[in-house]
Amino acid sequence: MIVRERLTIDQIHSMYASGETTPSEVCRQTLERIDAGNGRLNALLCVTRESALARAAAMDAGIGEAITRKPLAGIPVVVKDNLCTAGIPTTCGSRMLEHYLPPYTATAVRRLLDAGAVLVGKANLDEYAMGGSTENSAFGPARNPWNEDYVPGGSSGGSAVAVAAGFVPVSLGSDTGGSIRQPASFCGLVGLKPTYGRVSRYGLVAFASSLDQIGPFSWNVRDSARVLGVIAGHDPHDSTSAAEPVGDYLSGLDGDLRGVRIGIPAECFAEGLDDEVRAAVESGIARLTARGAEIVEVSLPHMKYVIAVYYIIATAEASSNLARFDGVRYGFRADQARTLSELYRRTRDLGFGDEVKRRIMLGTFVLSSGYYDAYYEKAQRVRSMLVDDFAAAFAKCDAIITPTAPTPPFRIGEKSDHPLALYLGDIYTVTINLAGLPAINLPCGMSASGLPIGMQLIGNHFDEARLLRIASAAEQL
Amino acid sequence: MREGWEAVIGLEVHAQLNTSSKIFCGCSTVFGREANENTCPVCLGLPGALPVLNRQAVERAGKAALALNLRINRESIFARKNYFYPDLPKGYQISQYDRPFSESGTVEILTSERDEAGRPTEWVLKCFGITRAHIEEDAGKSVHDIGHPEKSHVDLNRAGTPLLEIVSEPDFRSSWEAYDYVNFLRRTLQYVDVCDGNMEEGNLRCDANVSVRRRGAERLGTRVEIKNVNSLRFLQKAIDYEIDRQIIEIESGGRIVQETRLWSDRENRTYTMRTKEDAHDYRYFPDPDLPPLEVSDEWVERLSSGLPELPEARRQRLMKQFDLSVEDASTLTSQRELADYYEGVVTASGNPRAAANWILSELLRELRLAAIGITRCRISAADLGAMIRLIDNGTISGKTAKDLFVEMFATGATPDEIVERKGLVQITDTGEIERVIDETIAANPKQVEGYRSGKTSLIGFFVGQVMKVTGGKANPQAVNEILKKKLG
Repeated sequence: MIVRERLTIDQIHSMYASGETTPSEVCRQTLERIDAGNGRLNALLCVTRESALARAAAMDAGIGEAITRKPLAGIPVVVKDNLCTAGIPTTCGSRMLEHYLPPYTATAVRRLLDAGAVLVGKANLDEYAMGGSTENSAFGPARNPWNEDYVPGGSSGGSAVAVAAGFVPVSLGSDTGGSIRQPASFCGLVGLKPTYGRVSRYGLVAFASSLDQIGPFSWNVRDSARVLGVIAGHDPHDSTSAAEPVGDYLSGLDGDLRGVRIGIPAECFAEGLDDEVRAAVESGIARLTARGAEIVEVSLPHMKYVIAVYYIIATAEASSNLARFDGVRYGFRADQARTLSELYRRTRDLGFGDEVKRRIMLGTFVLSSGYYDAYYEKAQRVRSMLVDDFAAAFAKCDAIITPTAPTPPFRIGEKSDHPLALYLGDIYTVTINLAGLPAINLPCGMSASGLPIGMQLIGNHFDEARLLRIASAAEQL
Repeated sequence: MREGWEAVIGLEVHAQLNTSSKIFCGCSTVFGREANENTCPVCLGLPGALPVLNRQAVERAGKAALALNLRINRESIFARKNYFYPDLPKGYQISQYDRPFSESGTVEILTSERDEAGRPTEWVLKCFGITRAHIEEDAGKSVHDIGHPEKSHVDLNRAGTPLLEIVSEPDFRSSWEAYDYVNFLRRTLQYVDVCDGNMEEGNLRCDANVSVRRRGAERLGTRVEIKNVNSLRFLQKAIDYEIDRQIIEIESGGRIVQETRLWSDRENRTYTMRTKEDAHDYRYFPDPDLPPLEVSDEWVERLSSGLPELPEARRQRLMKQFDLSVEDASTLTSQRELADYYEGVVTASGNPRAAANWILSELLRELRLAAIGITRCRISAADLGAMIRLIDNGTISGKTAKDLFVEMFATGATPDEIVERKGLVQITDTGEIERVIDETIAANPKQVEGYRSGKTSLIGFFVGQVMKVTGGKANPQAVNEILKKKLG
């Protein structure tokens, strides 16, 4: 096991304040840890060594003052490799974009940099964020630092590993159906998916546009809250980003849970839930009540449809979003194509991996004439019922707890031939994307084999401040 | 059309909205730049880029919809139309599908069949339905044959230009009705200043759906789509060709296949582009990157109150108010600026007939020769009106006016200025004219004799002489009368 000391932003900033260390020093140590661990863990697809060192060095002189102005001054970070970074490869874990250099930087990354962060690398992922294990990367799977035979979860597996292995204190992932929360759960981290629209998607290579959100990984709630405060807020480049003001996510993080009502949906503790996970989540809930939280029963009657609904909507959008990868303007192009349609077919056949092709085909099918009403249209109707379910539930409580994943981490290769089994593992997380709600993974126990288990705390729309306060109180235990 | 047959025609017109920037990004829409100069991550369809709606495009679409009597939906939805083509950078076009920007309009326009020589036979007012007009983005252009026989190029400068697609009901029964309708659309869109309306440059493009059936039949025949016709005249010819082709096909025992055909203006015929078997399934679905487009009652109200008088209404008003023919009124209202000009001249001159004549015969010819539009004309409406008044009150002769007009057109000087400077005021003082006539008669005894012996055509000679002496300023009517009297 190579899980390191749990780096936090506050630790680093206090060392900067006392003059104990400098951004250059922190950056060098970060690169050393990456050099030592990344070969085995395959968390990072690209390390931006020179630019990171140069940027850190430029901060050395004024760092004592910078930390009072910039929330991430001198903090090394990595971002998932589906976030565009100008002049730095952005591969999406795909052969299709192996040599692609974007000309612009994603808004969320831009905001991290503006807040003083030092980008040290781009994190491995399932190809185009499609998967739950990071085994679907064209550049090899990432490994779980708690046990390298196990998957770190996915699709933001590399971003989770980079924090869990102690490379960096915080990282960014993207979450379409659980791709931040599930790897956070598998790696023992805090992982936050904000409300849909809270963080700009501009520069995030789209998987499913109505579900995608960018969010942070960290060891504690406080660091995720800090990163959220940096990346959240309206962006004129993203019409779906919300005008809703950004809250003060750092204040009141150490309070207790008196008067807080926690909803427990029975549907999420029924069949299919692993016993170890159930026990860990129940102990997590028990610790919340010990701190004064009140438990209320809530109901999510449409839970049984969510996997079907999610895989219809997400693949439909993906089939359209990935149409632009056609070999015409950028990225991979198959040679020796004699006709236009051969160019398309060969480029996409050779450029995309199996899971991506599977989802494009599924999505193309559900949107086809004659099937649209039965699949896509109906899925949208169920989606709005699910939104209503949550609205009813939040009338009775402040936050809802479910497991994050129905099982502890699994072995690399264990489910590779069973896409449906993998899809079923998304049940608790996809629900939240469909409803557009914010949710956070909190570690709540360990499996018998020594791997982390997490629980999912769900908040109401744009209620991240309260969600983070409750999560923070819960982690004090 | 052949006896016993009826054609059914529907039209889809794509009008580029004349905004300064593209519909979903800030790139310029200026025509004629280097290939791919007007592009950015959004209109190049780069990974991660997102569309943001240009409100100026919505405003233009709103004006167009109101001018075409369409109902504007308070909420409309952008949808993705999915298909692969090299000049379609995202692999889908952002358009609208089952909830378009505007719907359900009827327009009443003057239309006429034409005789062999292309002259209108009889103008009648007819109503045509417009199903919908929705907002979408234009694609780029594929460029072939520039140096590489085996390579094609893509220019995305046009990609993302805002379009309004105007879909008619299948209400047209002849190619000339279609012609008059598209012409009407073009004029209307130009009037409200939302589209430049130039078919040759592609900022107005037209597809026609054509089918035929036996007269009296209820059921529609199989329709054929004619795509990408780049002039009004070709549209009319393509439809006529297609109607004939279909009737001949059916009469000779064949049947019509549903297909898309293209017009070849070189061969004067349509030919197959693709049949129904290779028709696309566009897999439309709401674009998750764009929220529903909402417009308020106040917004619609504001647009509506800002609309100018529309060309069809104006044409009919001018015909009634100033007693103009359909053709004259049509020409004068073909452009909003020209109609404004005409009404300006009428106001300044008080003579609608003369105003129409001067504009239609003299001014338009000069503008054409100078290759400029009415907006760049150096004669103001007030000056042309003043000139007509000078003729009407006898200050200058019609002949002088023609010279005056040419100078005004060239220099932009006012008629009073030129008349003053050149002393062009017509001599109406009969004493003065009599004096000149007396001198002329005295100086030309032979001609006087000839006239008196019956060669009355010699009157022209005397008029000419008098005019020569007076520098053309003598009132010709007065000259004639006095001459006749004196020559006896």
